[in-house]
Amino acid sequence: DGNYCLTCGSDKTLKLWNPHKGTALRTYQGHGYEVLDAAGSFDNSQICSGGADKAVALWDVTTGQVVRKYRGHAGKVNCVQFNGEATVIVSGSIDSTVRCWDCRSRRPDPIQVLDEAKDGISSVKLSAHEILTGSVDGRVRRYDLRTGHLFSDYIGSPITSVCFSKDGQCVLAASLDSTLRLLDKDTGELLGEYTGHRSTTYRLDCVLSEQDTHVGCASEDGHVYFWDLVEGSLALSLPVGQGVVQSLAFHPRLPCLLVATQGEVTLWREDTFQPEGDPD
Amino acid sequence: MAAVESSDSEEDLVSYGSALQPLQEGDRIKKPVPFQEQTVKDAKGRYQRFHGAFTGGFSAGYFNTVGTKEGWTPSAFVSSRQKRADRTILGPEDFMDEEDLSEFGIAPKDITTTDDFASKAKDRIKEKARQIAGVVAAIPGTTAFDDLIGPSKITVGVELLRKMGWKEGQGIGPRVKRKPCRQKPDPTVKIYGCALPPGLSEGSEDEEDEYQPENVTFAPKDVMPVDLTPKENIHGLGYKGLDPSQALFGVSGREHLNLFTGGSEETSNLFGNLRHSKGRKLGITGQAFGVGALEEEDDDIYATDTLSKYDTVLKDEEPGDGLYGWTAPKQYKSKKRPEREFKYVGKILDGFSLASKSSAPIKIYPPPNLPRNYRPVHYFRPVIAAGNENYHLQKALEESIGKLESDPTQQSRHALNAAQRREQLGETGLKGPTPSVLEYLSEKDRERLKEVKQAAEQQMKAKIVSQQSRNSRFQPASPDDASHKWQMLLGVQLANAGSSDFRPFAKNPEKQKRYENFVKSLKQGEKDTLECFLDPNMTEWERGREQEEFFRAAMFYRSSNPTLSSRFTRAKYEDDVDKVEVPRDQENDIDDKETAVKMKMFGKLTRDKFEWHPDKLLCKRFNVRDPYPDSSVVGLPKVKRDKYSVFNFLTMPEPTTSVTQATNKKIQESNSLNKPKKPSRWDVSDKEKEKKDSISEFISLARSKADVQQQPPVPATEECGTGLSETLPTVVPNEDKDLEEESGRPPMDLFKAIFVSSSDEKSSSSEEESDEEPQPTTSVRESETTKQVDVPDSSSSIVQESVTATTDSGISSLPTSKQELDAAEEFGPKLPPAFSSGRFCKLLDREEKHRKTRERHKTKKEHKHKKEKKKKHKKQKNKGKHKNKKSEKDSSSNTTDSSDSLSDKDATGLSPKELLRR
Repeated sequence: DGNYCLTCGSDKTLKLWNPHKGTALRTYQGHGYEVLDAAGSFDNSQICSGGADKAVALWDVTTGQVVRKYRGHAGKVNCVQFNGEATVIVSGSIDSTVRCWDCRSRRPDPIQVLDEAKDGISSVKLSAHEILTGSVDGRVRRYDLRTGHLFSDYIGSPITSVCFSKDGQCVLAASLDSTLRLLDKDTGELLGEYTGHRSTTYRLDCVLSEQDTHVGCASEDGHVYFWDLVEGSLALSLPVGQGVVQSLAFHPRLPCLLVATQGEVTLWREDTFQPEGDPD
Repeated sequence: MAAVESSDSEEDLVSYGSALQPLQEGDRIKKPVPFQEQTVKDAKGRYQRFHGAFTGGFSAGYFNTVGTKEGWTPSAFVSSRQKRADRTILGPEDFMDEEDLSEFGIAPKDITTTDDFASKAKDRIKEKARQIAGVVAAIPGTTAFDDLIGPSKITVGVELLRKMGWKEGQGIGPRVKRKPCRQKPDPTVKIYGCALPPGLSEGSEDEEDEYQPENVTFAPKDVMPVDLTPKENIHGLGYKGLDPSQALFGVSGREHLNLFTGGSEETSNLFGNLRHSKGRKLGITGQAFGVGALEEEDDDIYATDTLSKYDTVLKDEEPGDGLYGWTAPKQYKSKKRPEREFKYVGKILDGFSLASKSSAPIKIYPPPNLPRNYRPVHYFRPVIAAGNENYHLQKALEESIGKLESDPTQQSRHALNAAQRREQLGETGLKGPTPSVLEYLSEKDRERLKEVKQAAEQQMKAKIVSQQSRNSRFQPASPDDASHKWQMLLGVQLANAGSSDFRPFAKNPEKQKRYENFVKSLKQGEKDTLECFLDPNMTEWERGREQEEFFRAAMFYRSSNPTLSSRFTRAKYEDDVDKVEVPRDQENDIDDKETAVKMKMFGKLTRDKFEWHPDKLLCKRFNVRDPYPDSSVVGLPKVKRDKYSVFNFLTMPEPTTSVTQATNKKIQESNSLNKPKKPSRWDVSDKEKEKKDSISEFISLARSKADVQQQPPVPATEECGTGLSETLPTVVPNEDKDLEEESGRPPMDLFKAIFVSSSDEKSSSSEEESDEEPQPTTSVRESETTKQVDVPDSSSSIVQESVTATTDSGISSLPTSKQELDAAEEFGPKLPPAFSSGRFCKLLDREEKHRKTRERHKTKKEHKHKKEKKKKHKKQKNKGKHKNKKSEKDSSSNTTDSSDSLSDKDATGLSPKELLRR
């Protein structure tokens, strides 16, 4: 993205925003229950979303219509992601499976089901050839398509969010023990540990800044915390709101941060630190 | 015209026909219209498509629909409120086209004999005769004309009869009441679609009314027509040409058959036809039209139901008489009717019989309640009884024959069945795990034999495995004893269980449980806590071999801890046919990993690496080359090993067992996953050891005591020598300890000692590390082992020899090919008998190990039980041999003890080596 912002909510809709202008561009309706996650394709032409209706929907951005709906998850779909070419949607569900859906064909069933997790999948991230999943069973699993290996890193406490570093060498995992861990992707060694925030009950996001210089994570105390990636020291805590900061996303290139909390999406720019509020 | 012309030319000639018109010059000769261009038009000039003679002739309606081009116009709607009375019944004619009603149609109405002409006094017999003649005659329709014009006279006799109440179609004679063959159609029934022709339906109803009280005597009339017709044709016997009337009005005629079930078919047909002809107008042309494809088609269309009826009738006839054509109808009738009655009776009887059967099972159900009553009476035993009864109940339910009687022997048998069933069910069997822990504790308390039944029940429940059940058959007593003790222990353990959350042997829940049990026993303050700890071990191995044989399977599966965690983990194993190793790694390692996480020792410790096969399409979508282009597997490859293979077992115990680790390493090489973890574990293990020192201390203390006990092994052995199996358990504590440890450890040590002896030594050095690696408990064990080694070494030096002997025996007993998975499998099955025997100590130990592993595998692979069963039989045989051997050994108490200890000492022997290397 970078130019647009997707929000999904318990009103069963997806909304597309221009975060820079604060304008709502479009609303996508079609989910039967709350929408838990959404992601846009690389070309901004499609949106995938997953909701509590156990379905993964593929949207056409311009028409606002559901192009395809994939049903097969046995539980709420917690997270969805496009692959690099928007040919595959990878969705993780609380049914402990990750399903890879084919956008190209009309196959109603997933290409593959990754059912190694012992508990719900809370987070899914994709790289060019890897599928990174974080599960409530306390494991971060990385499926390497290229080498055909599954790497399972045990973290212990339920994983709430995982993400790759921009350089693809590291994996950041946030878990419910209020800790972020930066793991070496290849060896699974712990490179850094970041604490200070509070994350014990909600599924909160973590991010790496655009330059991999900082680690950010939402917190349940209404702040967004940033740590220096290398030093592990708390660099910044942004007071966003009173409630739980549920989601945050970093601009892929620019130092902009999107923070979602309690029905608000806030855009932070590093230079000014002046929030532009987007009422949701 | 031509004649005139011809007359002109030749007067003499007589000309027939009309001459062709002279060709006019200039006119072309008309070419005949080719067939393909000849078209058929109906009366209104509409083209008709020809469908083919065999498939329906011409099309009808609009594209073969009832409607027209403009659509189908239903009859005008009439408010039922206004005209509620008249029901418009649609007859076939309503669906017919006009053409069908015309002279050449299917249901011609043009020329008909009206009721006026139809002789009221028609002699049925004559008519029948005519019709039959018509049917039989070469030209079917010839006699039809006779029907058209009949004498209007009624003979005097008939008139008299009528006045006397006789009606046409009835027999003469006293009336006999009979029940209506079938209920009248409910007048209020709505008629959907095409109703029967009015005449027919009316007639049928009338007939029913008339004939319900009808006399049975139709015979004289029937005789006439049927028999007297000579067979002139080449048709087969009983063959009737298609009766045109039936063909046209088959529905009516056949309906009659149904209504007239009483009469012979022939008569009924005839009557039906007559009635039909009377009530309905016979179409001359229709008959004349012939019995062509058209009419058959029609028949099919309107009388599809009748065909089935025909079939039924024929069936009735066939069994009744082959003489149909030959015999007089009377006989036929006479026979036929009783048949019908019989049928009814039969049906009724069937119904009753069914009902009785159904009722019987219902009666059977109550018995189950009785067992429930029994439960309260006996505290411990009742449970068993209840369980047995339950089994019985299940069986009873299944078999629909409840055998309430619960004879102990029968119970065992039932238990076997139940066990098998449980195996199928799986879940129920799994429940047992809790007792297993108890068992260990109870083993100590063998003295408590009272609760044998309870134990058996628990075992049964817990050990769904069929083997166990078989064992129970063979030797119910021994398990019972253990069970009693177990139960006793259970209560205590349960209390204690909460306290002992610590699980040193995460990988081996059993070991953990054992340790916990020991600890608990110690804590509980059973009289010599330490000694108890040791003693139970002693008893376990020696006596335990007896009892354990029964319970071991349960032991392994049963999570001794009340907490079912172990159960769940194993269930996963069961479910996952995947490499057993993989899931193990994950689950088993969790403790280690957690510790690692706590230590922030991320990396190899926390990392598992699996071979994972992405879907080809997924690779394609990701623009990645398929890493495994040749494999059809998707996801994690599943292990294809034999579940019973020895190696699997080996891999299982590996983490805990020191000796095995060498092999494990080898295996690990194969399994990349295991390797990284274990080293990490080892590192962690040190820390863990510290943590677990308290426990280890307990254990060490216990063992030290045990060692002390071990030193005086000789007397114990002597004692053992006196007793058979029971005495054996008392056998030297040292050995027992060793055995226990080993037992606690999967039999790997033994196996390796036996099988991998060469490798063991090599591995021994590595073993130490590896042992510690798996878990702190292992480290403790090592310490124990070391201690043991100290004592045992001295004592064991001699023992080792015996061990070698035992190993030999073990080898002999155990197929030399332990390496071969198959052999392991065989052992597994053999185990059950051993359990039954329950008194094979050491040999059994090995077997037990196998069993344990097998049991695990069994739970995993219930479906393979069948195979196992077969194998079990084999094993039983083998065990029998073993038993003999063992008995011999037992007789030589010392030697036998030593032999028992031998296996243990083998491991111990290794341990000293390890120490030496250190």
